[in-house]
Amino acid sequence: MVALTSAAAVVSAPRRHRLRVWRGIILALAAAYFLIPLYAGLRFSFQDDAGHWSLYALRAIPSQVGFTGAFWLSIKLAFTTLVGTLVLMVPTTIYIHLHLPRVRRLLEFVTVLPIVIPPIVLILGVLRAAPIWLKASPYLLSLMYVILTMPFVYRSLDAGISAIDLKTLVEASRSLGANGPQTLWRVILPNLRAGILSASVLTLALVLGEFTMASLDLWTTLPVWIYQFQQTDGHIATMVSMLSLIGTWVLITVMVSLDRSESRRSRRKAEVA
Amino acid sequence: MSQVQGNGGGSGARVELRELVRVFGRTRALDGFSLEVEPGELVALLGPSGCGKTTALRALAGFELVDHGQVLVDGHDVVRVSPQDRDMGMVFQSYSLFPNMSAVHNVGFGLRMRGVRATARRDKAHELLELVGLHEHAEKYPHQLSGGQQQRVALARALAIEPRVLLLDEPLSALDAKVRTGLRDQIRSLQQRLAITTVFVTHDQEEALSMADRVCVMREGRGEQTATPAELYSRPTSAFVAHFVGVSSRVPVRRDGATVGLWGAAVAVRNPEMADSDVDAVLRPEDVVIVADPAGQATVVHKSFLGAITRVTVTVESAEVRVDVRSDVARDLNHGDRVALSVVARDVLVSPRDERVAIEED
Repeated sequence: MVALTSAAAVVSAPRRHRLRVWRGIILALAAAYFLIPLYAGLRFSFQDDAGHWSLYALRAIPSQVGFTGAFWLSIKLAFTTLVGTLVLMVPTTIYIHLHLPRVRRLLEFVTVLPIVIPPIVLILGVLRAAPIWLKASPYLLSLMYVILTMPFVYRSLDAGISAIDLKTLVEASRSLGANGPQTLWRVILPNLRAGILSASVLTLALVLGEFTMASLDLWTTLPVWIYQFQQTDGHIATMVSMLSLIGTWVLITVMVSLDRSESRRSRRKAEVA
Repeated sequence: MSQVQGNGGGSGARVELRELVRVFGRTRALDGFSLEVEPGELVALLGPSGCGKTTALRALAGFELVDHGQVLVDGHDVVRVSPQDRDMGMVFQSYSLFPNMSAVHNVGFGLRMRGVRATARRDKAHELLELVGLHEHAEKYPHQLSGGQQQRVALARALAIEPRVLLLDEPLSALDAKVRTGLRDQIRSLQQRLAITTVFVTHDQEEALSMADRVCVMREGRGEQTATPAELYSRPTSAFVAHFVGVSSRVPVRRDGATVGLWGAAVAVRNPEMADSDVDAVLRPEDVVIVADPAGQATVVHKSFLGAITRVTVTVESAEVRVDVRSDVARDLNHGDRVALSVVARDVLVSPRDERVAIEED
């Protein structure tokens, strides 16, 4: 038995080593796939036209024509979309889980449609059908983005709700005297925090980077401005695009750490007690 | 404390369910179900899966609409009253504590919804947690509590609002045997101390018989028999109740007026209103005695040691009969031994022979 075991160990050791090597290679390839363009972008944005290291692109950003307007428009669109998405999707998903569980599959299918239908088709259709006053407003884009983010938002919320016993929690709350809004505010939403957070992060990331619809609707959001400004100064445009990427990461990290520190605080409070 | 609504937790309400009907598609979950619960009484709804016991409890709580019938609390029909306004505390089968709140906040939740001030709420919640022996866990979150502790917090939470009626929906079924027995005694003792009218749903007959003042055995959306545990066991009014509560054996017998012939003796029939002549006698293990006898009519096929007694299964003609025998006597009985049977009960329940199939299918 001992001999058998050690023989198996002798055979498996090189195999384990080979597996480790392959795992390393695959990880390195995946990292290179993401990091090389990022490195190239960062390097280009910190160089001047002569190829020397320089911070001129960073310093020049605020004074560029149209940057501030595009930046704030993107931020406004991101937050209006976030509010619209959560107001529409949170109650809908909860209602379906509680009262129409059979509709879940249908809703799953419907929410996948924005992925299947290209954004260009969606925006052209809407531009034909929308009334003129809505076409004149940038918030038409928010309405479109609510549709665009639906697949990700629905899945995040659905996973969050499936992780709790929603029906029992709602019934327990009602049996204790809470009405619908009180149950939603004090019981359901706090327990859906992770799902709502992940939906919010995905919504913000998607809206801050969306180009096709904004450009066809003729609104200069940050991605559209970057594209247009590239023809004027590639270094500045690349620097803005890098900062936009870093900004989105920072936003996501802040939101996730806020959630984590909140859970840690609750845990510590309980442990101290 | 005076701000706490409810009736003061010392005088439970009288509850009456009248002819409740609830239909789901083709299934009649409640089929004219009626029940009366006196103030301060604990009534258990007992029955197999799908008999309608949980639907009845949910109809009482207001979570299930009824198609027909009345739910009366102290004489007032509450069918159209929403669950949050019924003033009933409920403990659920699955752990229902709010995961985002500590134990003390869970217990104080109902009081908060009733507008009770924070200090009074906290005092009351601590008082209730002390009552269920969890005072030292007040600041813990549900995930830091065991299943038994969670259900005790849920009980404290339901009691905190001083409900008119306490509803328990299989609150012990997810717990292990030892915790279940302890919590069972604790619930009963609290319920008696606070004299809260309580309706308790369970499929565990031991739980129902040991806790309830009265037990309602349900079958196919109807109440089959409602009686005290002792009466239900010793005087079941139907073969279904005899089969579901305790252990019983069915022996085909020939009816002869008010008696049946059982192994050479004429035994009185408990339910002479039964008109059929081809019937089964329904026997409890203690209704029969066996004696080792090489010329006896039955054969020992199985023995189960239960401590002071041993349950011996014998076959006689086509029937299997279970008999309780003192363990020291049963030691001498072996598989294949011939034994003589006789009935010691003063009367027996009889049921139509064709009912056997229906009961076995239940």
